[in-house]
Amino acid sequence: MLEDKDRIFKNLYNDYGSDLKSAKDRGDWIDTKSLCEKGRDWIITEIKDSQLRGRGGAGFPTGLKWSFAPKKLGSKPHYLVINADESEPGTCKDRDILRFEPHKLIEGCLISSYAVNAHVCYIYIRGEYITEGAKLQKAIDEAYENGLIGKNSAGTGWDLDIYIHYGAGAYICGEETALLESLEGKKGQPRLKPPFPALIGLYGCPTIVNNVETISVVPTILRRGAKWFSSLGREKNTGTKIYCISGNVNNPCNVEEEMGIPLKDLIEKHAGGVIGGWDNLKAVIPGGSSMPLLPKHICDKIKMDFDACAENKTGLGTAGVVVINNDQDIIKCMARIARFYKHESCGQCTPCREGSGWMWRMLERMAKGEASREEVDMLMDVTKQIEGHTICAFGEGSSWPVQGLLRHFKKEIEERNNFNPLVNTGQKNPYLVDQHLLEKENA
Amino acid sequence: MIKKIFKDQPEIFEFNEQSKKVAEKIITNYPEGKQQSAVMALLYVAQRQNNNWIPLAAMKYIAKFLDMPYIKVYEVATFYTMYNLAPVGQYYFQVCTTTPCMLRGAYKLVDVCKKKISENENEISKDGKMSWIEVECLGACVNAPMVQINDDYFEDLDEKKLENLIELIKQNKTIKPGSYRGRKSSEPEHNRITLMESKNA
Repeated sequence: MLEDKDRIFKNLYNDYGSDLKSAKDRGDWIDTKSLCEKGRDWIITEIKDSQLRGRGGAGFPTGLKWSFAPKKLGSKPHYLVINADESEPGTCKDRDILRFEPHKLIEGCLISSYAVNAHVCYIYIRGEYITEGAKLQKAIDEAYENGLIGKNSAGTGWDLDIYIHYGAGAYICGEETALLESLEGKKGQPRLKPPFPALIGLYGCPTIVNNVETISVVPTILRRGAKWFSSLGREKNTGTKIYCISGNVNNPCNVEEEMGIPLKDLIEKHAGGVIGGWDNLKAVIPGGSSMPLLPKHICDKIKMDFDACAENKTGLGTAGVVVINNDQDIIKCMARIARFYKHESCGQCTPCREGSGWMWRMLERMAKGEASREEVDMLMDVTKQIEGHTICAFGEGSSWPVQGLLRHFKKEIEERNNFNPLVNTGQKNPYLVDQHLLEKENA
Repeated sequence: MIKKIFKDQPEIFEFNEQSKKVAEKIITNYPEGKQQSAVMALLYVAQRQNNNWIPLAAMKYIAKFLDMPYIKVYEVATFYTMYNLAPVGQYYFQVCTTTPCMLRGAYKLVDVCKKKISENENEISKDGKMSWIEVECLGACVNAPMVQINDDYFEDLDEKKLENLIELIKQNKTIKPGSYRGRKSSEPEHNRITLMESKNA
């Protein structure tokens, strides 16, 4: 288990207060100037050496992303955009950073902006986080008053302005290009990549988009050194991570832990165990709703980091661990997730817009046992038609959880929906959902 | 969910002095010529001024205010779920029912809303004070199940606690946001084993 001294977010539970004075007591802002004086290249190299991977879900190496921004300021300004549009079901870590550790984020913004030559930083907060946004704004005002940001921020000679931009309840705006569209005052519909935002982003200017947690750990990494950060966890999966453990556990909580902590430890030690005991575990969604779920026998031994999850055909995502026990109906749970994706599809690409609705309706019927045997394979087919055929990763995000369900719980679905297609029973009902089977006859 | 435009639309809408001030300040957050970026924030300003819903006249006003086509404002207002295009209750309940909340009994809260507020979503209660809606994940999963009432989160609820909340509102009493199981934030309710030094500080 990670020792308290190695935890970055000391105020995760708001034991101290989030004001500037107590933030300074915890070590924020103490030597920001000397960190920046070591130069951009040093900062980026240090972040690269720490092997920090983005905490927003995709796990892209942060230092590498920063190095994509043009080295020198050209005719266009550079922007840093913080993605605080935390909407992935099962995830609520950024919320705690925004309300309890805002100065870690602001200091991170300054250092990162300096590293990527940005004078303006926008923090895109989801619209529902009204009180969290107000707390962050208070911290920003405090930082301005104390000369930590603004003209000659914290004595570094770098000018930086930070603004908050509120979203308005669209999950898709957590996708970086949709977020930029939204920031420009448009519908949040993702852009085609390339061009990547690092070259053509906000207002057509070079833009670096990072998650709240990623930026908030930057000052501590620079202070304690890349060596310290990379000594935690293992190669390419280094450092600490805030895990959110929700669902059927005795003590749901957020906790900062070392990368690669066994899932079982996470649930048993920190979250008080599964309701009804470990043997009552049915499945775990390891990284927010868009990552495929894991059945109990994998949960017994899996370690929670990017690569271990990938080996088990899932992903660490945002580390939002949703625990589902045997008292729940797993098909219903996944049908609800499918409904979420149906609701949140931005409607730009047809496979996603139509397919997400298909998956939801089929799963709802399967939960009730109203689907035919053939439809189970048809559902898999639908997910395959969405995956990889959309502009953004939402297509994968919506089809992976369904694929995960089919991979591990197909038997259960088939047992519940074990009857012949209606078409084979000789009834000619023109409103059959499995009407496609009729086509074989007509072909 | 299809967002329906309210039938009875007011003819005109204008920012009052205070809203105007706020709006002008927001526009300065964005580079010159990029004032369109402020449209989302301005829609909120209009919504706040107009009893928590946005009439079409406000969209037209904002379009002029920001020098952008009306249809672009309309697009934004209808795309995002947090803009109410029809009146809502003075206390607007948003019940999260996505899987993490559902696992902990969010649909029981929906039943309470159906029983105590109104039979259907988006229907204002008889006393005109409340309305409710089922929403997708509000990002407080470790404090599930939860309800957002206007600006505030009410966490760790159950049927009884939500019923009490509704009663308090009916009696015009103030309601306290936060956890309803005595938690301060997202710490584990029992047997906390991390950040112990600070816990005892």
